[in-house]
Amino acid sequence: MPLQTMPRVERDNRESFVSRHIGPREDEIGAMLAAIGVGSLDELIERTVPAAIRSTRPLDLPPARTEAEALAALRAIASRNRVCTSLIGMGYYGTHTPAVILRNVLENPGWYTAYTPYQAEVSQGRLEALLNYQQMVADLTGMELANASLLDEATAAAEAMTMAHRITKSKASAFFVDERCHPQTIAVVRTRAHYLGIPIQVGDPLADLDGKTVFGALFQYPASDGAIRDLRPAIEAVRQANGIVAVAADLLALTLLTPPGELGADIVLGSAQRFGVPMGYGGPHAAFFATRDAYKRSMPGRIIGVSVDSRGKPALRMALQTREQHIRREKATSNICTAQVLLAVIAGFYAVYHGPEGLTRIARRVHGLTCLLASGLKALGVEVETEAFFDTLTVRVPERAHELLIVARDAGINLRHVDADRLGISLDETTDHEVVRRVLAVFDVEHAKRLDLASLDDTTTIPEVFRRGSPFLTHPVFHRYRSETEMLRYLRKLQGKDIALDRAMIPLGSCTMKLNATAEMIPITWPEFAHLHPFAPPEQAAGYQALFHDLEAWLKEITGFDAVSLQPNAGSQGEYAGLLAIRAWHDSRGDRARDVCLIPSSAHGTNPASAVMAGMRVVVVGCDANGNIDLADLEAKAEQHKERLAALMVTYPSTHGVFEEGIKDICAIVHGRGGQVYMDGANLNALVGLARPAEIGADVCHMNLHKTFCIPHGGGGPGMGPIGVKAHLAPFLPNHPVVTGVNPYDREHSVGAVSAAPWGSAAILPISWTYIAMMGGPGLTRATQVAILNANYVARRLAPHYPVVYTGRNGMVAHECIIDIRGIKEATGITAEDIAKRLVDYGFHAPTMSWPVPETMMIEPTESESLAELDRFCEAMIAIREEIRAIEQGRADRVDNVLKHAPHTAELLMGEWHRPYAKEQAFFPVPAIREDKYWPPVGRVDNAYGDRHLVCSCPPIETYQQAAE
Amino acid sequence: MTTYYTKDHEWVRIDGDTAVIGISEHAQEQLGDVVFVELPPVGKEVSQGDQAAVVESVKAASEVYAPVSGEVIEGNSAIEENPALVNEEAEGKGWFFKLRLRDPSELAGLMDRAAYEAYLETLG
Repeated sequence: MPLQTMPRVERDNRESFVSRHIGPREDEIGAMLAAIGVGSLDELIERTVPAAIRSTRPLDLPPARTEAEALAALRAIASRNRVCTSLIGMGYYGTHTPAVILRNVLENPGWYTAYTPYQAEVSQGRLEALLNYQQMVADLTGMELANASLLDEATAAAEAMTMAHRITKSKASAFFVDERCHPQTIAVVRTRAHYLGIPIQVGDPLADLDGKTVFGALFQYPASDGAIRDLRPAIEAVRQANGIVAVAADLLALTLLTPPGELGADIVLGSAQRFGVPMGYGGPHAAFFATRDAYKRSMPGRIIGVSVDSRGKPALRMALQTREQHIRREKATSNICTAQVLLAVIAGFYAVYHGPEGLTRIARRVHGLTCLLASGLKALGVEVETEAFFDTLTVRVPERAHELLIVARDAGINLRHVDADRLGISLDETTDHEVVRRVLAVFDVEHAKRLDLASLDDTTTIPEVFRRGSPFLTHPVFHRYRSETEMLRYLRKLQGKDIALDRAMIPLGSCTMKLNATAEMIPITWPEFAHLHPFAPPEQAAGYQALFHDLEAWLKEITGFDAVSLQPNAGSQGEYAGLLAIRAWHDSRGDRARDVCLIPSSAHGTNPASAVMAGMRVVVVGCDANGNIDLADLEAKAEQHKERLAALMVTYPSTHGVFEEGIKDICAIVHGRGGQVYMDGANLNALVGLARPAEIGADVCHMNLHKTFCIPHGGGGPGMGPIGVKAHLAPFLPNHPVVTGVNPYDREHSVGAVSAAPWGSAAILPISWTYIAMMGGPGLTRATQVAILNANYVARRLAPHYPVVYTGRNGMVAHECIIDIRGIKEATGITAEDIAKRLVDYGFHAPTMSWPVPETMMIEPTESESLAELDRFCEAMIAIREEIRAIEQGRADRVDNVLKHAPHTAELLMGEWHRPYAKEQAFFPVPAIREDKYWPPVGRVDNAYGDRHLVCSCPPIETYQQAAE
Repeated sequence: MTTYYTKDHEWVRIDGDTAVIGISEHAQEQLGDVVFVELPPVGKEVSQGDQAAVVESVKAASEVYAPVSGEVIEGNSAIEENPALVNEEAEGKGWFFKLRLRDPSELAGLMDRAAYEAYLETLG
């Protein structure tokens, strides 16, 4: 048929992204529906989702675009951003991401699609990368141990304050904050302190600090304005009075400066951004956090430690997890859950690739150019206030600051506007002589032309006493991979140890490990998105503003809320920001006593931890035998606390994977007693297009963009947890101390800043934008339907083999299902953990283990898994059930069996085989594995050994050599 | 010497005016491998029901409450160095701390071995 006669309908038949995102094919969906016993997707939803909550209004979003169309549209948006030379500093600096790391880590699904390394045996690669990062931080800061990252420098500073509060022996009630900390750091610390009732003293550490009046203090080194001050008297004053000293520091500067650890600091924190992570208009970046060994149990965040495996060989895993929210709940050290693993991994690799000499070279160059700039400015007659500095100068230009700022901007340079008389200039790794020349020209174009840079003095201004004497990064890992070939293979080696989504389904319940499409990921490293400073003038970020506007509008349409804040950069941060808004709203009505937060016993541990951070009292509400909130208990407790009831936190669908019928009643009970409803949006993937949290009755809800809206998990971060609120709460959404217009709804009532950057981790928002743009309303709705279909299909296939713990109406589950291992454990001694480790031999990452019910597994397949992959997983689970049956029937030993010894490493193939089961069963239990086998790099990791003998630094290389012998 | 138990699974053994306190065999089983204990400082006064110590396993953390009131006279440094002792001998060498008993009448509210075992049955 000649082309010109083709019917119009075929010419319009564009390739749809929806069918790429959704796993099962059309005919497969029919077969799966039949297996479940329903006729259509619509019928499935009717039988699963209560009619009372289903929305009558379909999603009103722009029509779905193809991948090419969406990328072209985003290109147009990106082109409205203008990349200038940003010398603003304030914690954000230009950096060169080594190309080998950019392509093989940041742009590589083997790294970015992994989950938090709860299953240590399939995570040794990124655990090693994180251990490198921890070692680097501990070395550079001069501390004994470091964690595996926090969200940003400002929240790390707030965490330092609360940690100081826990460990201090001082009886004083106030916390001192250096006035020369970055302004966003001071703002976030103030926000955190407010509802905890901690008075904040902001001042000059060398003039205003009375050690006896504070339980702790935070200083910045070098100061935000660039000065290197002798902080030793201030540190001494606080420590003399039994207080705790935290120092916010700059990692690159610490290659040249005496580390805070050697100056007496108890906690050292800061941003690792300039170690190869693009500025990204504010994030995501990894914050680092280091402390003394004595305080390790009080440290927030995840810590990677060295343990041994079943063979007695070194193996890594997350250590001291009892500090964390998922175990300690309201007594946790912090609410942090998702951190910034991908970015910490990049920063660690940056140090591995450059080594101590390379980092020192970069630092010397930056410092040398800054010295040159200072001399040049003085030669031009400009007053440089900063005497001792690393990379940042504050210059005095009486009443000319604004005018010069504009001159600089016209020359494509962004400087820091300190006040009417002063400007700040921060140089970085990307600065060269040409940039120095351009900056000088801003101040005096004619004179600058005649200046001979070579003749200027570039002697270091760092005082002798603050020059670093101690070595760092002495471990071999920081010396071995200097050629690109070696580095490439090291990255490949580590990646090969892990199971990420590029290898197999990751059926983690509550985690929504769906497709992170390549088209969604490509834009994040476009220079127009990657290289903007968060405090760049707004006219240079018009593209970002357009992106935020679209995304906010779409998220409002999806959730039914009136306003959205994009600032919270993790789900936990969203919870915290939402609870603050609720408290502030109550306060604004004179309801200052309302501080009780009702939380069901089935809630995620972050909920109670966040409530405590917001200064609330947690009252736990029980659940009934079906896993639903016990309405009678809820009503009794709401009534009992009605004078003080602030909020209820509720997850919907429930953490038990069920659409609770009573959700509207639950909201009514709380509203009836003056409380607000906070909905945890962790399970939003079961609602999009079918129901809206605001219509169900929630006043606030966070959206995990890293679950429902396709931001990859990055091996444990980054995440994004924007919140949607009803109109009455909008004035209380976060704002920002440096950038105006972050909360357009109000200036007076905002709760303040909760993150360092105005719009959180802006650089990953294009991912969610692209996803929604390519799916459209019908596509998103279909994704939700298929997510529910996939979960019910898995539940139906596994039910004859493993009991499904909870189901809702008509025996259906929501988007995930929980299978029971308790009976199996009773009969055979086989635990959920044994099954999880055995799944590794079958090439799978385990489902969520023993949460929210002990000795169960929670499976969330998501819409992106195909029928073939669902079947492969179910067949593995069924085969394992048969292995368990052999124990039940006495054909296999209760201890010496294929499950208890799992996972099986390749090394076991050497030498004689003494196990009571065949090699084939151990290694190749199903035929498909023969052509594509995942080999776990370690045997079962001994968690107890690692926690009893805590080591959080890179083990000496001999350990591995001895282990290999 | 009689041993008493609490509903929170502590045990207390009375020897004259000294009370030796630990966690029950059942509690250590529930916790799994104990990796850390934090003991109260000698000289500290605790009242019945106060949080006195902390015990952590790989997967759980738990407070240890004082079953009776008194002054702490000794902590078991052996379990600080080797927390596995709590798993090996919860009701023997794995004891936590000793108190000088302030009010023997408080013992009346605790369970004896048989009553505790009956209580465990009710927990299923």
